[in-house]
Amino acid sequence: MNAQEFKELGEKLHDAVPPLDQPELNRDLWPAMLKKMSDPRVRVPWFDWLLAALAATVLIFFPGAIPALLYHL
Amino acid sequence: MDVLQRFAAGDLDAFESLFRQHQSAVYRWIVRIVRDPATAEDLTVETFWRVYRAHARFHPGGNFEGWLRRIGTNAALDHLRSARKHAPLPDDLPADPLPDAAEQEESRSAIRSALASLTPRLRIVVQLGLIEEESYRAIGDALGISEGAVKLRMFRAVRILRKKLQQWEVKP
Repeated sequence: MNAQEFKELGEKLHDAVPPLDQPELNRDLWPAMLKKMSDPRVRVPWFDWLLAALAATVLIFFPGAIPALLYHL
Repeated sequence: MDVLQRFAAGDLDAFESLFRQHQSAVYRWIVRIVRDPATAEDLTVETFWRVYRAHARFHPGGNFEGWLRRIGTNAALDHLRSARKHAPLPDDLPADPLPDAAEQEESRSAIRSALASLTPRLRIVVQLGLIEEESYRAIGDALGISEGAVKLRMFRAVRILRKKLQQWEVKP
């Protein structure tokens, strides 16, 4: 790929996704910050819970896998 | 004791002072990565939340702005990773009055799709480097990698973009 092709792709990208023109923050975020600080609960995605449940199930039915799991941790 | 020393010691007033001083700069950086104002606001708060929790690791003599930008970039990258499957780039273009507008829009749409299909670590380099025209050095500092590594990622990203556009018969 030469510099000209690189430049052409850059121009196409500029055309399709124009750079943001001086984006400005329109409000003070400190109240949102205070809210987050007062409610610091960790939200665990449902998929993580599913994986944890699967792992627990596997370990209950195949306890022999526990040493191998500990070794790989 | 200056504000950075007080912040490192866990002083909430110092943190508020730093927050008010830097929130706009952090927002402007993040919105150029995620290209959605509401998401950028959330990620700005998330960035400062991470900063607040890590205050004890900050050395008061260090570069606070650089540290802040790196944490903000990581927060934006985490967002791109989690939203990758569901978040094409917002369609923020005005209507085009040209006769071949439909064809042009199709081409733009293909380019946006190709960009959205890149992995977040390649996409962020393209968005900041080719679209927002940030220097490789600034991108490297924000990502915690060298200028050479930024160039390498850019090269890989552009090669993938060209390949995808050729597959879709869009002249790159």
